Amino acid sequence: MSTTHLNTHDAHDEHHDHDPAPHNVFGFWLYLMTDCLLFASVFATYAVLFMNTAGGVSGKDIFELDFVAYETAALLLSSITYGFAMICAHNKNKKGTLSWLSVTFLLGAIFIAMEIYEFHHLIVHGNGPQASAFLSAFFALVGTHGLHVTAGLIWMAILMIELVVSGFGSRTVTRLSCLSLFWHFLDVVWICVFTVVYLMGAI
Amino acid sequence: MSGHSSEANTHGSVKSYLTGFVLSVILTAIPFWMVMTEAFDKGPTYITIIVLAIVQIFVHLKYFLHLNFSEQGKLDTYSFIFAAVIIVMVVALSVWIIYASNAMMM
Repeated sequence: MSTTHLNTHDAHDEHHDHDPAPHNVFGFWLYLMTDCLLFASVFATYAVLFMNTAGGVSGKDIFELDFVAYETAALLLSSITYGFAMICAHNKNKKGTLSWLSVTFLLGAIFIAMEIYEFHHLIVHGNGPQASAFLSAFFALVGTHGLHVTAGLIWMAILMIELVVSGFGSRTVTRLSCLSLFWHFLDVVWICVFTVVYLMGAI
Repeated sequence: MSGHSSEANTHGSVKSYLTGFVLSVILTAIPFWMVMTEAFDKGPTYITIIVLAIVQIFVHLKYFLHLNFSEQGKLDTYSFIFAAVIIVMVVALSVWIIYASNAMMM
């Protein structure tokens, strides 16, 4: 009901429709800043515990950097393809937005598949999160990021379905902008993850 | 009306996204290359990859997250700076405390 109400008033109250959007996006940005603190805590935990390997494997033994480089490439590429989706969305280009979102979704899914493979590989070889404080902290940190990316993928799928079913509504660009912040934010967190965990662990 | 100026600030152009992407690729490739080839000593490698990661974070903030000091964008930027200060305190002070106590136990 509220949607039809908005649509009938679209023509007259265009500035009313435009006004809440920056506030919504700002509110979402504030949420992301609190999410930063969550990641900061897990990073601090990792920094404190990473040397406590309980006589088991250390980062140098288990990290495969070329594998991580491909993961990083997938996530970095997905950042720019999401950017292109946003440009299409601002031009109300439905087909372009959907195509770029699909590419972004695919790259995100590749990233998650690789991460699940890595976790599975570690657990099968007896290096699960229960093996040492280092591995607990590793799984907590990388897993938290992975869960966020998974949530982003679910969100993206829902927005794509919405776009296919009902096209560009008055809020579509706002919703896409929030996911855009979320997606790019996760890429920033990944920079910290690959630097602190994988690269510094492998030196 | 006012929507136009804020939109110009909150989303980038193809060119700005490509600039950010190319810079990110370079800033990602160098640390991976340094660590994988072991071309340098440990000390300089640590410092370089940390510096490049910080530079890359700023590249992402500018070109992908569009943080700026314009009238519409500065609240985002200030809240980020506030969060960054808290993060530095949480991470750096935790690490400092634990490492200092480790050193005393030795």
